Amino acid sequence: MKRKTLNNIIYYTFVTFLAFIMVYPALWMLSSSFKQPWEIFSDVLNLIPKEPTINNYIEGWGGFGGITFATFFKNSFILAGLNTIGTVISSTLVAYGLARIPFAGRKIIFTTVILTLMLPMQVQIVPRYILFSKLGWINTFKPLIVPAFLGGPFFIFMIMQFIRGIPKELDESAFIDGAGRFGIFYHIILPNLKPVITTATIFSFYWAWNDFMGPLVYLNSPEKYPVSVALRAFSDPSAVTNWGAVFAMSTLSLLPVLILFVFFQKYIVQGVTTSGLRG
Amino acid sequence: MKKLTKKKKHDLLMGYIFVSPWLIGFIAFIIFPLVTSLYLSFTRYDILTSPRWIGFQNWIRMFTQDPRFWSATKATFKYVLFEVPLRLIFAFIVALIFSMKESKILNLYRAIYYIPSLIGGSVAIAVVWRQIWGYDGIINAFLSIFGIHGINWLGDTRTAIWTLILLAVWQFGSPMLIFLAALKQVPTELYEAATIDGASFWKRLTSITLPMITPVILFNLINQMIHGFMAFTQSYIITQGGPLDSTLFYAVYMYRKAFNDFEMGYASALAWFMLALVGLFTIIIFKTSNRWVYYEAEEGV
Repeated sequence: MKRKTLNNIIYYTFVTFLAFIMVYPALWMLSSSFKQPWEIFSDVLNLIPKEPTINNYIEGWGGFGGITFATFFKNSFILAGLNTIGTVISSTLVAYGLARIPFAGRKIIFTTVILTLMLPMQVQIVPRYILFSKLGWINTFKPLIVPAFLGGPFFIFMIMQFIRGIPKELDESAFIDGAGRFGIFYHIILPNLKPVITTATIFSFYWAWNDFMGPLVYLNSPEKYPVSVALRAFSDPSAVTNWGAVFAMSTLSLLPVLILFVFFQKYIVQGVTTSGLRG
Repeated sequence: MKKLTKKKKHDLLMGYIFVSPWLIGFIAFIIFPLVTSLYLSFTRYDILTSPRWIGFQNWIRMFTQDPRFWSATKATFKYVLFEVPLRLIFAFIVALIFSMKESKILNLYRAIYYIPSLIGGSVAIAVVWRQIWGYDGIINAFLSIFGIHGINWLGDTRTAIWTLILLAVWQFGSPMLIFLAALKQVPTELYEAATIDGASFWKRLTSITLPMITPVILFNLINQMIHGFMAFTQSYIITQGGPLDSTLFYAVYMYRKAFNDFEMGYASALAWFMLALVGLFTIIIFKTSNRWVYYEAEEGV
């Protein structure tokens, strides 16, 4: 009995200590964002600001080059929002087609989805840039939004897995009642997809929100920057004098993602485990 | 009979209607750019003037006249070689620890451990990471408590890449969740039988747990490897490829060639080389997998 208690103490001490390490960088950023400028690096290890201030947030929000973070956040919300809507709608349609409708060519198309899944975005970025520059899309939001409306391989695969779990008898009885494929999709499949659509929405949003290389390549005027690219310009080590403001804006940039996490934790854990999402 | 063909026709039409977004996207934004860039890899092209055919010059230059290409390849390989296995091992150990007990507080911890995976790839964390390892950062402040005089971790060729590897290992949350789910699916009868037979913890681990989750390990290995090879943000923001190109990741080098120097032909060759390399490694891992991945007999669908 005693040994068991001791084991428990060791166990929980260990997992608590590790949890602390896991969140420490984020905590440090949060605490630094409320510190006085002189305090951030002179008293690095202290997580509780001596004279808490919100000045960093006020100064940071002012942004740079006459553009405030209000613009950057607005851009991020537009980009991530449209990207998410496009990805989720198109991926759901494609997933249904591939999972449920038997037609010639389905297998080959499914193979292209799986192969694309393993095709890193970074390899495609140079050829895509050339294409978008020919189309005159550079320095617009189009390169970051239009492809999203044509399905994301990851989400197609994830939603397909989910659709396969819905009993096929439901489709068949609806078919006997005279429903077509679209009717079956709309009345039978779609209402059952709520959990997986929630998961796809969350992940799609936070990937688009965190995306850095895409906007860095396709956008070049600062008034179009999303938060990720703005933050990197704002935190250029050769130019920054006010680190408090950098940490304040960094903290704000993570806020939407963390809020989603707190509210939809269950869906995120499910999403990661059922489809083995990358991290 | 006639009704069946009508159904088939309907299915063919509806099938292509439903998958049409993907087909359009695949042809326009994947196949077309990839084929174009293969062609461009044999040209000199700066976007403004039209491409000029130069044969294998880009490829020859890459392998024989470009030391930075080799630095980038070396740095990326080193990163992948350490980051991927370390992250997976760490994820597995923590998943194992979590699978030993069950309680509400552990569910909370599990969520906390996942947070780095969620935010670790962001610019914000990259900026913070740079300050943590900086000369007047947290690490050196911590070391000075013990009287150790720290170094400039990011400015030293021996340590800079390790700060990036650590950042990646810190994000072990997502493979951890996958391993945890896989561990819960291992039938408990197997453990009970083994315990009755007197098998030690280590024995149970190596002959039951590990073989049972090898399919999950395979999946994670390939997934993490592909993304490891293409790591960008960390190197671009934290170390800018320095010092002395010791953390110049392949994706960063490609980015600079394409978008700073506007050598689109050369950058296309770089992209295709990486694509071929990642493809090759994926095939190698798949080919060796039937030697170490264990599939249950009934799963043969």
